[in-house]
Amino acid sequence: MKKTVFLGAMAVSGMVAGAAAAATLDDVKARGNVNCGVSTGLAGFSTPDANGKWQGFDVDVCRAVAAAIFGDPDATEFVPTTGQTRFTALASGEIDVLTRNTTWTFSRDVDLKFDFTGVNYYDGQGFMIPKALGVTSAKDLDGATVCIQTGTTTELNLADFFRANNISYEPVPIETNAEAQQQYLAGACDVYTTDASGLAATRATFENPSEHVVLPEIISKEPLGPLVRHGDSDWADLNRWVLNALIAAEEYGVTSANVSDMASAAGSNPEINRLLGTEGNLGEMLGLDADFAAKAIGAVGNYGEIFERHIGESTPVGLARGLNAQWTEGGLLYAPPFR
Amino acid sequence: MSAMTDPPRPSFRLSQLIYDTRYRSITIQVVALVLLCAAFWWLIDNTVENLAVLGKDFDFGFLGDRAGYDINQMLIPYDNSMSHGRAALVGILNTMLVAFLGCVTATVIGVFAGVLRLSKNWVVSRLMAVYVEGFRNVPLLLWIVLIFALMTEATPQPRDFREGGSASMILGDSVAITNRGVFLPMPTWGDGAAVLGLVVVLSLIGAYLYRRHARKVLYDSGRLLPMVWPALAIAIVPAVVVYFAFAMSTGSAQVRLMAADATEGQSVAAYGEAQGSLSVCVPEGTIGLNVQRLLRGQDLRYSESVFATEAMAIDAFRNGDCNMVAVPAGMEQPLLGNPDIAVSALSESTTRGAPVQFEKPVLGGFNFEGGVQVRNSLLALWLALALYTGAFIAEIVRAGILAVSKGQSEAAFALGMRPNRTMNLVILPQAMRVIVPPLISQFLNLTKNSSLAIAVGYMDVRATLGGISINQTGRELEGMLLLGMFYLALSLVISGAMNIYNNRSRLKER
Amino acid sequence: MSDTHAQTVGYVRDTMIDEQPAPVGQTGAVKWIRENLFSGVINTLLTVISLYVIWVVVSHLYPWLANSIWDAGSLTECREIRDATVGPDAPAACFAVITDRWQQLVFGFYPPEHYWRPVVALLVFLAAIAPVLFQGIPRRALWLSAAAPFVLFALLWGGSIWGPVAVALGFVIGFVVYRVLLPLAGNLAAVLGAIIVPLLYWLFLAGPLAGALTSVAPIGLEYVQSKDFGGFTLSVVIGVSAIILSLPLGILLALGRQSNLFIINKISVAFIEVIRGVPLIVWLFTASLLLNYFLPPGTNFDLMLRVIIMVTLFSAAYIAEVVRGGLAALPKGQYEGASSLGLDYWQSMRLIILPQALKISIPGIVNTFIGLFKDTTLVVFIGLLDPIGLSNAIRASTDWNGVYWELFVFIGLMFFIACFSMGRYSLYLEKKLQREHR
Repeated sequence: MKKTVFLGAMAVSGMVAGAAAAATLDDVKARGNVNCGVSTGLAGFSTPDANGKWQGFDVDVCRAVAAAIFGDPDATEFVPTTGQTRFTALASGEIDVLTRNTTWTFSRDVDLKFDFTGVNYYDGQGFMIPKALGVTSAKDLDGATVCIQTGTTTELNLADFFRANNISYEPVPIETNAEAQQQYLAGACDVYTTDASGLAATRATFENPSEHVVLPEIISKEPLGPLVRHGDSDWADLNRWVLNALIAAEEYGVTSANVSDMASAAGSNPEINRLLGTEGNLGEMLGLDADFAAKAIGAVGNYGEIFERHIGESTPVGLARGLNAQWTEGGLLYAPPFR
Repeated sequence: MSAMTDPPRPSFRLSQLIYDTRYRSITIQVVALVLLCAAFWWLIDNTVENLAVLGKDFDFGFLGDRAGYDINQMLIPYDNSMSHGRAALVGILNTMLVAFLGCVTATVIGVFAGVLRLSKNWVVSRLMAVYVEGFRNVPLLLWIVLIFALMTEATPQPRDFREGGSASMILGDSVAITNRGVFLPMPTWGDGAAVLGLVVVLSLIGAYLYRRHARKVLYDSGRLLPMVWPALAIAIVPAVVVYFAFAMSTGSAQVRLMAADATEGQSVAAYGEAQGSLSVCVPEGTIGLNVQRLLRGQDLRYSESVFATEAMAIDAFRNGDCNMVAVPAGMEQPLLGNPDIAVSALSESTTRGAPVQFEKPVLGGFNFEGGVQVRNSLLALWLALALYTGAFIAEIVRAGILAVSKGQSEAAFALGMRPNRTMNLVILPQAMRVIVPPLISQFLNLTKNSSLAIAVGYMDVRATLGGISINQTGRELEGMLLLGMFYLALSLVISGAMNIYNNRSRLKER
Repeated sequence: MSDTHAQTVGYVRDTMIDEQPAPVGQTGAVKWIRENLFSGVINTLLTVISLYVIWVVVSHLYPWLANSIWDAGSLTECREIRDATVGPDAPAACFAVITDRWQQLVFGFYPPEHYWRPVVALLVFLAAIAPVLFQGIPRRALWLSAAAPFVLFALLWGGSIWGPVAVALGFVIGFVVYRVLLPLAGNLAAVLGAIIVPLLYWLFLAGPLAGALTSVAPIGLEYVQSKDFGGFTLSVVIGVSAIILSLPLGILLALGRQSNLFIINKISVAFIEVIRGVPLIVWLFTASLLLNYFLPPGTNFDLMLRVIIMVTLFSAAYIAEVVRGGLAALPKGQYEGASSLGLDYWQSMRLIILPQALKISIPGIVNTFIGLFKDTTLVVFIGLLDPIGLSNAIRASTDWNGVYWELFVFIGLMFFIACFSMGRYSLYLEKKLQREHR
């Protein structure tokens, strides 16, 4: 008798279900929204606000994709994933794209059968330590107790770093950032290590941020980017070029404020014209409208605006652009040409 | 009578399979079996097909690959260059350790709380009621996280132990309670440790035999021999005698510090100044510990290499691995009078040491060094599991004691037994029969709940094999299968062992 | 004799002494304290230790709670208010996070304009189980309880009302088929028919029927996705649906384990032991990581449903053990009595054994539910945002980063209230059953 709920639910979910094998873009269009995997909560990158709306840097990358396809940045469903469940969620088709501060590594790209569609944040693993300990270099950390968040590449980098420098350490693996923070502040570990962006975000919320320093050493390369399933190149291309459009828009000075003006008629810069769809048919090649980039930029702003809104120096997270500046500014962001 | 004939025996018809109760049960079972096999085939077929779609295979080879991550608590040697399989084994041992500790402690807590909850003392029984209801009605996960955080906040950090800090070590500077765990002295075995161990085992056996003898005398003749003191004496005295015998004789033998390129009778401090650095080769055991004490006592910085035997330490010294060596008197012969190496004895000397000595933890650069560290993650998980399960066991114990009828204790009192003996000899043995079966399932629950170690970063098997290994290799199917089988096997072993005990202690009805 | 007495006694009192009050030490509070708290060395020691423990806890908790701040927009604001009122370094709870986010902790991401739906669903559920839990209510109300799961589904998830109706119709069809076939083709054929016909209906007819009805009369509430469930709503939905769905399976497993049929018995035992031998967290990871492997390629349903399936299987094994206890507790005479009336196995189970066995199993089932409800917190490890998961998400927002204890205290209190009251009910029921048995 009571099994019905189950069967009824299955019937409904059957309607919701999207087959993983078919073209993802068709599924997304049929469904009317993009399913994005995000982290269960990471300051500045993805958190639900008081109204239950997801906000953050990673979240806006996903919203840009939705805006490019549907013209509506809210045509998105956010699926919170943990470090352990994220890849399965993507592989099984539960989500269409994983925008969850995931490091681009060889084995994930090749062995786990995913395609990274670019890098939206260049990060690296760093150390935070109380000033009172007087440590100035990570090489002085012999014998230190180190808090790490598990389920990421962090613990492997850490093992490699200490092994390479032939110094010993005591790892204290912690499940969540909140707990790690509590442990670190109580002095249960000398050092807290995670991505430098996370360290800055964590430090910013301390009662006395000035009592803690982030050591200068960055011990790993952590290019964080969105990824999609291997084997659907069209969908991967779409995600890649939406991200590139955001980056290029900043380079060319296209912002959410002026994009509607610039997209209304062809301007003098042919590259901008091609980007915004007033010239050429780049959008159609992706299976989208010609003004897909204009829609995305209009909805969430260009890369610089997203950065400033969620993690930039004016926010509590307070990250400097650093490596994530445009190549023209000495950073690594370099969008390939739109032609 | 003869007119009665056997009922007609018609030949077997197919409909009998359904309508004849003799065959129907077989039909039902065969159908069930077929359905089950079909279901399994369906699942396996799907899995094979799905794996093919994902381009994965089913292969346990990943267990042999390099793990690449570190584990803080290891009961067997492990480092990040070893395999995932080894990491899984470390995790398995950690799981079994916390499960064992938890079961023992939970039983103790549960029995105490259960008995105290029945106490006439109003404050105590209320307090126990609050404890039991509080722990039973809030998720274990919350308790684990809260206890972990509480322990970190309530205990001092190692920094506070520095001079001028607010904390200090207890028990004669041998135990440090910090928010990274409790640091305990570690036993080091010296000369005669084996003999001492043997004597301890033998005297324990002796004490047990004496108790058996005393009980036999009591049952045979009614004469009550003193039980406690003689047994204690048999257990302890020989060990103490042997310990001091060794400590006085070979243990007090001199061990001289031999150094290369030193002048005879030079002090270590002066030698260190001359050489720039100190490194010492020592054999395993108490000699190393004593040398360490000697050098630390003078606030010297040095490095120490430990070798299995004296000869190996001397060889290493001769190879130039260290500039000092400490060996017992009489063993320096290969060094002295050896022309190719200039060796002389320094002024300081130490002793070979007693059969057992304890290495105390000392405050190092960031943390305490030496000794045994019982990590906070283990303590928090252990305490949380024990308190949580203890609350359930308390209820079981209470129910068990209440189940013994009042007449039993009244009868015991009528026989003139004291309350203590009444509890031990009359009430508890009967209550045990009610207590043990649910107790088994609580032990099983505790063992399974230890998988929540993930919440405090205790590296159990779910965190190693079922966590990081799966994550790094993407072998979730194989990893989860192994993990499930391990827990299943552990559960079956525990319930099997406890059932044997249960059957033995059950009321034998004749 | 009386003479001698008179001679030997020098003084005989001839008035009564006035009634004296009992000594101070033997009355009222003093006596009570002496007898209950300080009646011996050990008892005194225990009292002192207990009082010390209570003092330590209260002295640490009280200032923290007394200084608590309930109205602030962020942790920084909380700290500013604290500095202004009680000074820095004073302990002060920042419960403003609860005032700010309690709706999220209770309802998750459920659309705010639909918050009434989970509330009404809870009331419907309580009304539906009332006939089972309390005896004063007429038995006929059980028919309404049978309809409750469909109502609950329609309320919580919404969507067209015809989906649940079409599914419910299958059970009606099964019942009708059974009744029609019973006189025509006998018991076995009727049972088979009652299983096969609804199955065929669900597989081939229910979907199109629901679709057709929806297009004709689109009635229903707005559809809410499983993703939007969170907080205590999620815990309750998982717990309740798992326990309801697992009842039929659990009863079958219990019967299987009692059965004389070798293969059936062994299958049931193996299933129960395997499920019970492995921790729930491993099953949850299986649901999240592996369940997709076991289903035909291309099927893909959402995580919450996978979790409900897995938790259902999990609790079925525990329910089976509870029901088995109930079956074993029945006197053998009941089984023999049923047989002597000429009832076959299923009839005797349905009419004699199960009604009694289930009745005495209810306290055990309630206890299983309490355990299951608490265990739903484990879903945080697979990324579902239950109260604990949400507390992490809330801490990740820049406003509340750094809030630690307050959220846990709130969550723990909510769980305590729910579980404690259910535990009291199960205790009351147990006592009542014991009285009835005498």
